[in-house]
Amino acid sequence: MNDLPQQLANGLLLGALYGLIAIGYTMVYGIVQLINFAHGEIFMIGGFGALTAYLWLPAGTSLLFALPLMILMAMACSVLVAMGAERFAYRPLRGAPRLAPLITAIGLSIALQQAIWAFYPDATKSRPFPEFEGGRIDLGAFAIGRGDLFLVIAAPLCMIALGFFVSKTRTGRAMQATSQDPDTAKLMGINTDRIIVTAFAIGAAFAAIAAIAHGVKYGEVNFKMGFIAGLKAFTAAVLGGIGNIYGAMIGGLVLGLAEALATAYIENIPGMSQLGGGAWKDVWAFVLLILVLLLRPQGLLGQRVADRA
Amino acid sequence: MTALLEVEDLKVAYGKIEAVKGISFTVDAGEIVTLIGTNGAGKTTTLRTLSGLLKPAAGRITFDGKPLGTVPAHKIVALGLAHSPEGRHIFPRLTITENLQLGAFLRTDKAGIEKDIQRAYDLFPILGERQKQPAGTLSGGEQQMLAMGRALMSQPKLLMLDEPSMGLSPIMMQKIMKTIAELKSEGMTILLVEQNAQAALSLADHGHVMEIGKIVLSGSGQDLLHDESVRKAYLGED
Repeated sequence: MNDLPQQLANGLLLGALYGLIAIGYTMVYGIVQLINFAHGEIFMIGGFGALTAYLWLPAGTSLLFALPLMILMAMACSVLVAMGAERFAYRPLRGAPRLAPLITAIGLSIALQQAIWAFYPDATKSRPFPEFEGGRIDLGAFAIGRGDLFLVIAAPLCMIALGFFVSKTRTGRAMQATSQDPDTAKLMGINTDRIIVTAFAIGAAFAAIAAIAHGVKYGEVNFKMGFIAGLKAFTAAVLGGIGNIYGAMIGGLVLGLAEALATAYIENIPGMSQLGGGAWKDVWAFVLLILVLLLRPQGLLGQRVADRA
Repeated sequence: MTALLEVEDLKVAYGKIEAVKGISFTVDAGEIVTLIGTNGAGKTTTLRTLSGLLKPAAGRITFDGKPLGTVPAHKIVALGLAHSPEGRHIFPRLTITENLQLGAFLRTDKAGIEKDIQRAYDLFPILGERQKQPAGTLSGGEQQMLAMGRALMSQPKLLMLDEPSMGLSPIMMQKIMKTIAELKSEGMTILLVEQNAQAALSLADHGHVMEIGKIVLSGSGQDLLHDESVRKAYLGED
């Protein structure tokens, strides 16, 4: 077990990535009770947006210099797609039976994936994503990849900014009111349509940051990357208590740790040597989800439904 | 003098089912007007249409000289029409102070808002003692006080109260009714929807009795209170 610190670090990094994406699921669900299954693709499109921006720059530009433009472009792409989806796909279905927007979300997810596959140059296979030069950074007990530094800095900054926004600003307060009681929020003079768009936009911006973190961590982007990342982030959101932004981050971290530890150690348990290693990590992630749904259906930080009425 | 609120031949439908079938009434500045009637008479539907949560199928609503029919709900409160909804609908996971602040969402005068929050605490001291408590932990009566206080925070010209006495103990109900009388004496105009006809008519300048989507009887509060058919149907006398 002497590689435990390393496994914990791996898990936390993976978890922070899941958490950033999970924010988008949880914010939208918290306000319109919709699982936006196209959110994984909004994440993926952020990755392609960042890549596009990098390719605009002269060849050989240092990634560090390119990063601000890549962040802006990734956010612009993700946010625009998310706002478009809200306006043209979900808003017309508000008040429709819950199944209708759910099916729309799944359809939109497939459509966005295929659009990138079909129209982005060479996107039928993985496209290489720029990486930071230099080897892993040795921190004594463990080492992290150079690309992981982006996540180490960005994830806490994003969460602090979001926490401040939701609890301290006027729009954030209006967002809380809308999620607790949309009709009454209107009676206060809150334009709830605008609040809903804002929730989609914030979730998309976080997904865009996550996409860059994902790109510099793994060195590639592809049109399918939103599917499994989105599913894991959705799991993280449910794990933490869907609708709760801190729950999304904590759910992400718990899920990331569980995956990392299961990958590393399950095979050491007598009789389970077949079930360890990377091939089984998704299985353990979803086993964890099933356990939480059985034992604590409201999630780690969620309220029981009775409290929300 | 033109009325502050004028409702003319208002019809509201849920899909094909007409819940309000053409009602007309007015509210003058400074008076209390009450709509009474049983469940399903269309009282709450009427208020929700006035505040823009529902769209009228036909008819005209004029408030303070402006037509309201197509104005979205979040813009109506800015015109001076506040609505304390049936079932109180306070924001349960926000504190009492935050609930009151949301009532003043469209106001920008920070000092004035602070002053009005203090006024709400003077009006309802129990709220002042629990400022930092999540509103969901309050009792029903306290939540009703908060809902009224929150509606007042927008400095409305007309306050609409939907069933403020619903589910309250007799003592709490008296307290709420006393507060409504106090607000009137300060010059507030109130449109009151109540199932407790006795209490509502005692306070009201004018009353309208609604039955399945129509106004079947109108008169001064005192007249209705002594009207034989009203006493039979709503005040439990045979």
